[in-house]
Amino acid sequence: MLLNVNKARKVFGGLTAVNDVTFQVPEKSIISVIGPNGAGKTTFFNMITGIYKPTSGEIMFDNQNMIGLRPDEVTEKGIARTFQNIRLFGAMTTLENVLVGRHTRATTSFLDAILHNNNYKQDERAGLLRAKELLEFVGLLDKRDELAANLPYGEQRRLEIARALATNPKLILLDEPTAGMNPQETEETKHLIRRLRDEQGITVVLIEHDMRVVMTISDNVTVLDYGTKIAEGLPHEVRNNPQVIEAYLGRGAAAGEFGKTAEGGEAA
Amino acid sequence: MTQTSNDKSALLLASTVISGIVAYLMVLQKNNIESYFVTPVVMYFCLNLYFAGSWKVSRVAQIAVFVLVLAIGIPMIGFTNSLYLQVAVTICIFAAMSLGLNVVVGFAGLLDLGYAAFFAVGAYLWAIFAGSQANEFIAGNLFPLNGNLVFVFIPLALFVAAGFGALLGLPVLKVKGDYLAIITLGLGEVIRVLANNLNKPINITNGSQGVRIAPNPENSPLAFITVPLSEATGIPFFQMQLTMYYVLILVVVAAVAVFVTRLDNSRIGRAWVAIREDEVAAQAMGIPLVRTKLIAFATGASFAGAMGVLYAAVIGFISPNDFNFERSTQILAMVVLGGLGSIQGVIVGAAIVISLNQLVLVEISRVLQLVKLPPRFDPTQYQQLIYGVILIAMMIVRPKGLVPAKRNPAKLENLEHGELAKGVK
Repeated sequence: MLLNVNKARKVFGGLTAVNDVTFQVPEKSIISVIGPNGAGKTTFFNMITGIYKPTSGEIMFDNQNMIGLRPDEVTEKGIARTFQNIRLFGAMTTLENVLVGRHTRATTSFLDAILHNNNYKQDERAGLLRAKELLEFVGLLDKRDELAANLPYGEQRRLEIARALATNPKLILLDEPTAGMNPQETEETKHLIRRLRDEQGITVVLIEHDMRVVMTISDNVTVLDYGTKIAEGLPHEVRNNPQVIEAYLGRGAAAGEFGKTAEGGEAA
Repeated sequence: MTQTSNDKSALLLASTVISGIVAYLMVLQKNNIESYFVTPVVMYFCLNLYFAGSWKVSRVAQIAVFVLVLAIGIPMIGFTNSLYLQVAVTICIFAAMSLGLNVVVGFAGLLDLGYAAFFAVGAYLWAIFAGSQANEFIAGNLFPLNGNLVFVFIPLALFVAAGFGALLGLPVLKVKGDYLAIITLGLGEVIRVLANNLNKPINITNGSQGVRIAPNPENSPLAFITVPLSEATGIPFFQMQLTMYYVLILVVVAAVAVFVTRLDNSRIGRAWVAIREDEVAAQAMGIPLVRTKLIAFATGASFAGAMGVLYAAVIGFISPNDFNFERSTQILAMVVLGGLGSIQGVIVGAAIVISLNQLVLVEISRVLQLVKLPPRFDPTQYQQLIYGVILIAMMIVRPKGLVPAKRNPAKLENLEHGELAKGVK
């Protein structure tokens, strides 16, 4: 297992946002985490990436304990992420955004930068080459000198992925990668996510609301509701799980009673 | 760059040479000292530097203008009328400091309202040891030190101020935004109050009296070159010394500008800007926040420290009031006015703020005195008002600063695909 989360719990005051979730990610898989709004999916991501420290439980990545590491240390270990509401560096160019992602892998020190010595030159060159490669991979090479803030929405999402890839991750966490996209952009993103695994060999965990995406690309789906894992399994298993349907649609609908009566089916 | 139809190189060179000659001739006319036209002409002459940066001109013309104005024009005018040289020196000192503050505020986005504190550290460092003040607490009558030690003290101040920056930064940098601004404001005042009160029980800073470096041609910084030059040319010693300071400070400013540009285009500079743009995302991309911010703080502080040494050497007298809150806001005004994060911009900003205060407002007051106003409306009292109005007007017209920051386009064209194999990991 690449990522092994054991009974992770996060409590904010009186609210248990994530409740003893156990979650495993095998290498080179695509795993989806789904659940209604407020189910604790993003909090779960934030625990894995070190933004929140779990109240209890353990998180092992690549057989290393991740609890207590700062987000930048987590990134250095090999977990990269994107954000639900895009968080690019708007005043920097597309290329620079990717170069920032390379921070932990670059070796230029303060003195190297001032002296412009060989280490600086080689490091910059290596960075540019890698950034070029990644921009080609997500199809943004011709936009490299545009400010990130000026890119259209779909391209900003792809740039976020390229930036995350620049950290050379083993695991990438995508927080709603297709949110706000039209069907064609969604299709392209799906394709890109598959290529992440197939071409770059990266394990992918995504939070996603679009069920067409979830059902078609996931090897495995985990469902959270009110912070608790209510189901886990292959996409078609999860789709037909009564608990999942109930979480999404409410109990009446899950029981198939909604719309049965002419009055509108208020029966619950 | 090739000659194109809208290349303005010839125009720029003509403008520089003509205004330079006119300015020089006007300055030479001693009885012209009361004239209202000298300062505008001299300022226009210096404005060519800005044109060299903003007009479409060839590289050669650019360098020619820089040499004509900075290396020939200003020293020659300065030999005759040292006021202009004095202003140029002050501009250079503040340009280097605003470059330093630009690292903190412009790149890393950390609003620092106590920047003058680091300036004070450098200035006191030199003034105490280069004057006789250090005799008050170190026995043996060893001081004043040899003036040439300024070359040791500049790097020393660099490190001492960087240390102060890191020390003050460490507890501060966990807070953000407005809170950070208020804390830096407080820490800045702490340093000033310390300088004001460290005269007892041991007299280190001489309190509010300030520290004076007695002028001494034999033992001044750069005396080894200034004395023979002054004897050879017949130019008075202090005039010559100011010119030598000007050259030295110009070199330091150029060095600082190069350092900052290089940092900006490196992993470190990009990390600073990333933190400014989005702290959470920057950290998620593997940037250690506290360490990177500390480096920004220390870098900014170190430039202020080095310039403090030079300031004390040039002015020869410092007191706690030179480093008050107004000083910090003045440097901040230079950075914001010139363009946050823009290296050329903050230099322009420093030039404008200093020349406004030391030349333009004085001239405006003189012109206003032509109109015989009642004494209650003495225009010299309105200098600060006019200064404020000008700053507000500039920010309305150019909200992103006079020379807005630009990110550099990539130089991917120089890379060859075949090289991908080596070194990329």
